[in-house]
Amino acid sequence: MIPQANLDAWYPVAMAAPVTRAGQETRLLGMPIRVFRENDGSIAVHGPAGPLPVRQRFDHVWASPGNPAQDLFTIPQAEAIGRRHVPCGVVRVKCSPLRAVENFLDIAHFPFVHTDVLGAEPHTEVNRYEVAIRDDVDEVWATKVTFYQPQAAKSAAGGITTEYMYRVPAPTAAVLYKTCPARPGEWDVITIFVQPLAEDLCDVWPWMALYDDTTPTAELIAFQQMIFLQDRSILENQIPRLLPLDPGMEVPTQADMTSIAYRRWLKRHGLTYGAQMVAA
Amino acid sequence: MILYDYILSASCYKVRLMAALLGVKLDLVAIDFHPGREHKGPAILALNPSGTLPVLVDGDLALTETGAMLAHLARGTGWLMDDPRWLDMAGQLNLSLGLARLHDMLHYPADITTVRRAGVLCLRQLEAHLTERRWAGQIFLCADCPTIADIACFPNVALAPDGGVSLDEYPSIRLWLRAVRALPGFIEMPGIHRMHENRA
Repeated sequence: MIPQANLDAWYPVAMAAPVTRAGQETRLLGMPIRVFRENDGSIAVHGPAGPLPVRQRFDHVWASPGNPAQDLFTIPQAEAIGRRHVPCGVVRVKCSPLRAVENFLDIAHFPFVHTDVLGAEPHTEVNRYEVAIRDDVDEVWATKVTFYQPQAAKSAAGGITTEYMYRVPAPTAAVLYKTCPARPGEWDVITIFVQPLAEDLCDVWPWMALYDDTTPTAELIAFQQMIFLQDRSILENQIPRLLPLDPGMEVPTQADMTSIAYRRWLKRHGLTYGAQMVAA
Repeated sequence: MILYDYILSASCYKVRLMAALLGVKLDLVAIDFHPGREHKGPAILALNPSGTLPVLVDGDLALTETGAMLAHLARGTGWLMDDPRWLDMAGQLNLSLGLARLHDMLHYPADITTVRRAGVLCLRQLEAHLTERRWAGQIFLCADCPTIADIACFPNVALAPDGGVSLDEYPSIRLWLRAVRALPGFIEMPGIHRMHENRA
């Protein structure tokens, strides 16, 4: 049984621009779905029982297998004029969709997995930061996150202390706001949109909205894919496969506050697709 | 020298790695292989009508076959070797383990059971050979020092788990992978991690 809360959520199912009339077959929460372009140019998504609610946003197609009470989230900062929107394609990962989101929220692994790019020894300490489940918008937020990064972005010339904010606006989507090397005072927006194919298999669609007028698109995509593919082999080897929502053998530390809040938020809403409730 | 490059390509990485180990500087030009399919666009097709990556340009010379690039980079060094078997193996690894990885990771169409089985047959051959090499007190594929054969075979073997093929059953291969990763000047690619564990 798929929890109702998961059915009523929004999920990415395709990059919008390449969708053809012939369409493409994929899966959502284990169900076969078809994404295709109608004669009028709009995009439709059909599940086993017929058409699903669809949105086109952030260069991607979003669908819900249920009846979402809230509309798909927005990222107002990403709409600002002058930002480049960069869809980065899709990467399949044999892991729980929730693990993919959780990994995106983690900073402590940077020096070890993204060595000399997002982190470097001996700068391994995660400074204290603030985490909240914001009841007004029903989202998880982490703010005042700071970390020393040798090459924080494609446009960064050298090591800088980067400031981050993390936001979880949907069960399998996460938004990262980080110091923009090219334009201090603004935030670069980097997201991952995760399509749950099954409880232990997902397609990940990274997307960016940046202030960077000079770097070729191919280099921006390569940078993002390099980072995400450094994570992929780690994600595919995490045990237990499903994300434990109850504390057990996994002992969280101060650095894991965002992950703890994310798990708590999932549990509170009964968003347990890809999670395990028995303590691990 | 200019390398038309894709960060996730095992073949492009062979050339980046070889150049790094030799201390040769490459000018990298990122090509949007996925999702943009830029390797099938006019800029690459003008250099390489078959539209494959990598492409290595050195003056008037444009090379499109990875083994030829490694040999070109290694000219006049101890990295060259005269045993064709392992360059041939590198091609087989690319069509088996390499394709399984593109299938599992980037949605490439493939008969996944068949390509994984072909990959396992390659790994068994390599394991048998490397075990005999160990008995002879050696670690690299065909000489007492690393050669272009090691660099040609290394990436698709090291990335086998990305395509759903485990390396747990191949202790000699795993030791050889560590020997390559420990070479001075070694550089990593996504999916192949640096050897933190050997640090003091």
